[in-house]
Amino acid sequence: MKLSFEKSAAGRKCFVLPQCDVPAVEIPQKLERKAPLHLPELSETEVSRHYTALSHRAFGVNCGFYPLGSCTMKYNPRINEEIAALPGFTAIHPLQPKDTVNGCSKVIDLTEKYLCEITGMDGVTFQPAAGAHGEFTGLLLIKSYHVSCGDTKRKKIIIPDSAHGTNPASATMAGFEVISISSGPDGCIDLCALSDALGDDTAGLMLTNPNTVGLFDKNILKITEMVHKVGGLCYYDGANLNAIMGVARPGDMGFDVVHLNLHKSFSTPHGGGGPGSGPVGCKEFLKKFLPKSALADGATEGLQVKAFYGNFLVVVKALTYILTLGAEGIREASVNAVLNANYMMSKLSGTYDMAYNHTCMHEFVMCLDKLKRETGVSALDVAKSLIDFGVHPPTMYFPMIVHEALMVEPTETESRETLDEAAEAFIKLYKMAHEDAERMHTAPHTAPVGRPDEVTAARNPILKYDFGD
Amino acid sequence: MGSYVPSTADERKEMLAQAGYSSIEDMYADIPESVYLKKPLNLPEGLSEFEVRKKMSDIASENKVFGTILRGAGAYDHYIPSIVKYVTAKEEFLTSYTPYQAEISQGVLQSIFEYQTMICTLTGMDVSNASVYDGATAAAEAMGMCVKGKRKVTLVSAAAHPDVIAVMKTYAFGTGRELKIVPAKDGKTNIEALKSMLDDSVASFVLQQPNFYGIIEDADKLGEIAHAAGAKFTMSCNPMYLAIMKTPAECGADIAVGDAQPLGMAIAYGGPYLGYMAAKHELMRSLPGRIVGQTTDNAGNRVFVLTLQAREQHIRREKASSNICSNQALCALTAGVYMSTMGPCGLKSAAKQSMSKAHYLASELCKIPGVSLAYSGDYFHEFVTKMPVKAETINDALAKSGILGGLAVEDGMLWCVTEKASREKLNEAVRIVKGACA
Repeated sequence: MKLSFEKSAAGRKCFVLPQCDVPAVEIPQKLERKAPLHLPELSETEVSRHYTALSHRAFGVNCGFYPLGSCTMKYNPRINEEIAALPGFTAIHPLQPKDTVNGCSKVIDLTEKYLCEITGMDGVTFQPAAGAHGEFTGLLLIKSYHVSCGDTKRKKIIIPDSAHGTNPASATMAGFEVISISSGPDGCIDLCALSDALGDDTAGLMLTNPNTVGLFDKNILKITEMVHKVGGLCYYDGANLNAIMGVARPGDMGFDVVHLNLHKSFSTPHGGGGPGSGPVGCKEFLKKFLPKSALADGATEGLQVKAFYGNFLVVVKALTYILTLGAEGIREASVNAVLNANYMMSKLSGTYDMAYNHTCMHEFVMCLDKLKRETGVSALDVAKSLIDFGVHPPTMYFPMIVHEALMVEPTETESRETLDEAAEAFIKLYKMAHEDAERMHTAPHTAPVGRPDEVTAARNPILKYDFGD
Repeated sequence: MGSYVPSTADERKEMLAQAGYSSIEDMYADIPESVYLKKPLNLPEGLSEFEVRKKMSDIASENKVFGTILRGAGAYDHYIPSIVKYVTAKEEFLTSYTPYQAEISQGVLQSIFEYQTMICTLTGMDVSNASVYDGATAAAEAMGMCVKGKRKVTLVSAAAHPDVIAVMKTYAFGTGRELKIVPAKDGKTNIEALKSMLDDSVASFVLQQPNFYGIIEDADKLGEIAHAAGAKFTMSCNPMYLAIMKTPAECGADIAVGDAQPLGMAIAYGGPYLGYMAAKHELMRSLPGRIVGQTTDNAGNRVFVLTLQAREQHIRREKASSNICSNQALCALTAGVYMSTMGPCGLKSAAKQSMSKAHYLASELCKIPGVSLAYSGDYFHEFVTKMPVKAETINDALAKSGILGGLAVEDGMLWCVTEKASREKLNEAVRIVKGACA
């Protein structure tokens, strides 16, 4: 498909702005732009058709089943979008006088109150724009706390080897040394490994629970107790909160700081990679470290991780969702996320090897090691072949502690029929792997394009259109 | 209660049985008894869509919407063409994840490739990433790109946006690197102070253009001074400014960052906005975040993929160039649609009109006794005036006519004008200010 620049015709345009009704200012020579501005010149029809054509080459939750593990691709209610598009929210300047933004304050206060109730925390900031940004913020709360206690030797953050890559990357950005501990054979924290890693230099532990292999760590109370005992704090990565809302709370499990992904658990759309929102909640004793805005709040010191108040409209969408579901609906969502995952796992476990033969939470991990050895068909091949069945591939090769991993997260907003059809597709592919492996090596066959040459892309990077000047 | 769960009560029972559980509690048996919630959460009862619309609309109506906004300071009220909202509401864009699966994500990938190209032409830089959270985090991420060996200190002009400085300070606190603030004088970066602060420990100097006070900095000269001391030069620019004014590349910058909110995003109480980051070719592999590249598929067709992933957290973990995962993809799409709709002429017109109208308002305001420009430098679409009365008095008077006046700052009021303000509205504002000053 042509790029917008290749559709451009000199002199063509959309008619948007009126003539200027004040004297045109003279731009001083020394300040003026000399470089050409290569934006496409298109009519509105062409802009519309260009992006419509692009949208036809994209796959969203509305297009079909999207069991992308650890990403919680649940349905994104349209009412959320309409509410977030109200001029009463979109036309508000972040630096308006406080008495003119009562509605915005109410959105933030209510959402804070509800998220505190859901997580068992005492305060929330909405500045972080995404999950990883929330991790960074939460770790800085931990750092600020230790520094404020004069406890400067606490430089280490303990992270299980099954963690998302953002965990160690965030810990590094927060100035900590990462101590990676290996998981036990059951996929959960190895208490001996944890005990060995803990000491008076421990700043804290970062953990998702349910963890990245989809299991609830039943030793959780013991784990947080061990960390607290040596003076460390416990950080809850809320990536997997969708399994336990209304069922159990990180605050009750002994966690001191949490981040949530509003774009996962609270139904706001992922937008092709953002904007998300990664609010951070904490216990009372950490509240004083929560970030503020230098300009909007007049803060002269302390943390700030983003301008103003964060991705506000995303918070509006999440609040709309919480109000729609209410106490019962929030729990219902989590229970059915776990039910759907267990149902689908039970349909597949007769055919595929599961990484852990245990009750899963909102997602489960399949191990295709044996299939690959027997047929040469890899997790990648199965994932790409699913595209031909109209199913978005699951997360591949994660967590790293499982070989040939496929991580499946159905979410609660899928019907039994959808789960049945997807399970059937998986089973057909298992058979196909034994009968026609070649077809799977070259899948997908029905997508707009075939498998890309990623090696060349990285070796000879072409990262923009070449205008030849 | 509202719900988006499709399965019926009977289906749930059957599914539970098929999965081998006698009850929901049985399925959650791994959760320790003492933390398993026995009571419902203390949240309100759920609502139907009809009720929730009413409730949220009522909350929205508790905000005051100003018909005319003469305030910027990091949030710019430009006109957003209708088509922008329609394109970005398309569900395939709205509800997709990061385009890991290239075969079914060409639409998202190509739109990012086009966005990267537009950011490069706007800034004059060689390479752009797919976006970061906002302009402040972009400046903070740029710090990390320049730190090398002994060069660990970042300098930032005191005339940058206070939130940008605060966010940079927070990121510096994280990594334990030093951030020093170069003082401002007469609304501009103090060149002599910059000279005296540069030494071989300085990794980069960060300048905002135009600066927080709206003044156009002598970027070429400041950049030259930074380069002479071996430091990198990062410019944080308003993208609207770049449509008609000297690009960071033309000023000699190594890295260009900024907030692209003015390119089609609503002011929306501060977000979501769009952090853009672009750099010279030699810094390509230090850029944080997603980058889309062009390649071919197995049939030889031109296709796009996420590339240079060896920089990223999911591969490099604690050694990654940044922890960023989700970015602001839909906002990058928004900027792309906006720039495609405006085209080169339209974008230049929006910029030129904003600048002309700001100069018109400034000259009219300065006819009021006691009102004058606080600083003497050239400016784009923001400027500071000294006022004979308190900013609050003036803004209260303006608010009665639905006008959001300038922001109170140390030396007076910081005004911003965009192409949306008509001459008539500006004249009305001036009349009200005159009345309030009398």
